[in-house]
Amino acid sequence: MSTIHPDQAAAEQLMGKGAAAGGSLPDPGDGSLIEDPGVRAPLVLNNRGFGEITEIVCGYAEKPYPDKLMLMLLGLSATLAGVCGLMILYLIITGVGVWGLTNQVDWAWDITNFVFWIGIGHAGTLISAILCLFKQKWRTAVNRSAEAMTIFAVICAGLFPAIHVGRIWFIWMVFPIPNANGIWPNFRSPLLWDVFAVSTYFTVSALFWYMGLIPDMATLRDRAHKRMLQAKRAGEKVFLPDMIRAYTFGALAGGWRFSSRHWHRYEVAYLILAGISTPLVLSVHSIVSFDFATSVMPGWHTTIFPPYFVAGAIFGGFAMVLFLLIPAREIYPNMKDILTLRHLENMSKIILVTGMMVGFAYTMEFFIAWYSGNKYEAFIFVNARALPTWLSADGAPYWWAYWIMISCNVLSPQVFWKRSMRTNPLVIWIVALLVTIGMWFERFVIIVTSLHRAFLPGEWHMFHPTPVDILTFVGSCGIFLTLFLLFMRFLPMFAMAELKAVTPQAHRHDKNDPLHAHDEHEEGGH
Amino acid sequence: MSVAEYFPMLKQFLPSGLQDPPPRFTGPNGKPVHGLVAQYSAVDPVCDAAEKVRDAGFTAWDLHSPFPIHGVEDVMGFKRTKLPYISAIVGLTGAGLGYLMQWWMSGNYEIVVQGKPPTAWEPYVPIIFEAGILLTAFATIGAMFAMNGLPRLHHPLFTHEAFLDSSDDKFFVYIEAKDEKFDMERTRTLLESTGADRIDVIEDE
Repeated sequence: MSTIHPDQAAAEQLMGKGAAAGGSLPDPGDGSLIEDPGVRAPLVLNNRGFGEITEIVCGYAEKPYPDKLMLMLLGLSATLAGVCGLMILYLIITGVGVWGLTNQVDWAWDITNFVFWIGIGHAGTLISAILCLFKQKWRTAVNRSAEAMTIFAVICAGLFPAIHVGRIWFIWMVFPIPNANGIWPNFRSPLLWDVFAVSTYFTVSALFWYMGLIPDMATLRDRAHKRMLQAKRAGEKVFLPDMIRAYTFGALAGGWRFSSRHWHRYEVAYLILAGISTPLVLSVHSIVSFDFATSVMPGWHTTIFPPYFVAGAIFGGFAMVLFLLIPAREIYPNMKDILTLRHLENMSKIILVTGMMVGFAYTMEFFIAWYSGNKYEAFIFVNARALPTWLSADGAPYWWAYWIMISCNVLSPQVFWKRSMRTNPLVIWIVALLVTIGMWFERFVIIVTSLHRAFLPGEWHMFHPTPVDILTFVGSCGIFLTLFLLFMRFLPMFAMAELKAVTPQAHRHDKNDPLHAHDEHEEGGH
Repeated sequence: MSVAEYFPMLKQFLPSGLQDPPPRFTGPNGKPVHGLVAQYSAVDPVCDAAEKVRDAGFTAWDLHSPFPIHGVEDVMGFKRTKLPYISAIVGLTGAGLGYLMQWWMSGNYEIVVQGKPPTAWEPYVPIIFEAGILLTAFATIGAMFAMNGLPRLHHPLFTHEAFLDSSDDKFFVYIEAKDEKFDMERTRTLLESTGADRIDVIEDE
């Protein structure tokens, strides 16, 4: 037993006198996991300066030739995207009968995929908007790629409701377009609200992303311009990609010249966009849940759906961010300085929290099914979802889907209670993969299990996906990955201006303020 | 910002009232001077310099930095932007238009659902909200660009190669020649006294 006071032990340890017997601070990992209350954990490791941050981030986008791995992945994902295009073409020229839909199960993989993708999109807005409002500076390491992911996921999401209508040449009827028949959409339908919510969400996310990109595209423009000037001075030929960059990013950056007066309006505008995106993201997934909640189907007709869907969307979206960025962090040079273990740990904690919220919603659905005394509701939850067929003859044929959902979404994140697990990139990556699978199954369970056991046993049907169903979904993953790889190849993956602003040297040291006069590690941090 | 500055190609067609005043100073290449730019390599010196320029009473000047410097409003002495009012007004207009659209269309083509009155406002709420958000987003970004005088294809500062580092790791204070207090010699002395790494003359093209 120690005779030394715990406070003294901690003080001695801070002074570097070795682990005193009273207690030991946890391992700081790569340096970002430091739990010393006197030191703010660095957001960018190795004391990277402004110039180094520019070099690292622009280096990814300016590599003259893509490496083999990138080409292989891009080839694979572009092939899958092409398969998706062919499947959609086949669907349009043949009809929705090429999917496994039946007269009873008339929504299945199409709407599952829609909700799955739109949910993934929500993490991007959460990171860029909600964490911005809460002044969580660690968002700077992931916001750019998460926002890109949002846009690509919403593109994939928008695909499915558009093609599932069958006669796609009538899709314009969902928009309030003046027409010769003098008819207008039904504004009481949540499906129509969905059209407005998703298209607004896509537009606002794209604007938000573009606005964040303006200064960074200006950086790429200036670097390309400088290389062109250098080549001209040396009498060499200008490298064509630099010329393309200078003109493209020049036009897109709109003549941004890093003026402080501009920065001031830019920051105010950014804050407003964050402020409106926050209720927007909550409204979009609430409206998606209304598609189900306003119906009278047992298992759908519940008031818990909006918050439950929003929590699930954030959960699945963060899993996708981690799933994409952890391999990138291993492959790209110096990315570990920007995307630190602390960032991964923070996101793991969000996965844990939202996973528990989703688990609470699953439990509450069961409780209400019993407590409400509604036997149709209880039947859906017990005999169409949870009860395995090997336990009872009245069991749910889709029990395996339900239990995949529970084990992936509720059980797998529980490993994050342990610090060593939530700071281990491989473990996080595996959990992220499981959560992504689990969240797809959650939507499948909600949609198909309710539909396949409706009120009349005569309408009971199983759903069997056809190869077209499967290839369309796999192909949509190809579209998503292709767009994301192109983004990684050509655009700055990190918000450089924001990263620079959270480094310690970005702050003015006021000579008159004794609090700020002594040390740099006071600033920046979490 | 003057019309002639924003659209230099229109200069010859503009009436005399909209023309720029004749240049007061001529640069080393014999062209009108647009301003003087001083370069710094860290936040502290550029903020100290900006305070000096502010206290000297200049109005047409700017600080260029690779990222927004916290508290630069006080350092440069300008007021908070009115941009949020534009966002709010346009956003509320968007919400109003969202309501009017649904109200008019539902009345124009009545769909009876569950026997409810065709123009009851309650089901319109989600689309009113989305329309408000959509217009706020466009207004905010549009106003940000417009108030900044952007987009523009060129600016005399971009002719200065060292200025391209403002997007990387350098900081600049730029004083425009159109400022009444601007004087080639005295302004240069002022900038020199701030310990700038280098000072250059920016000429019109």
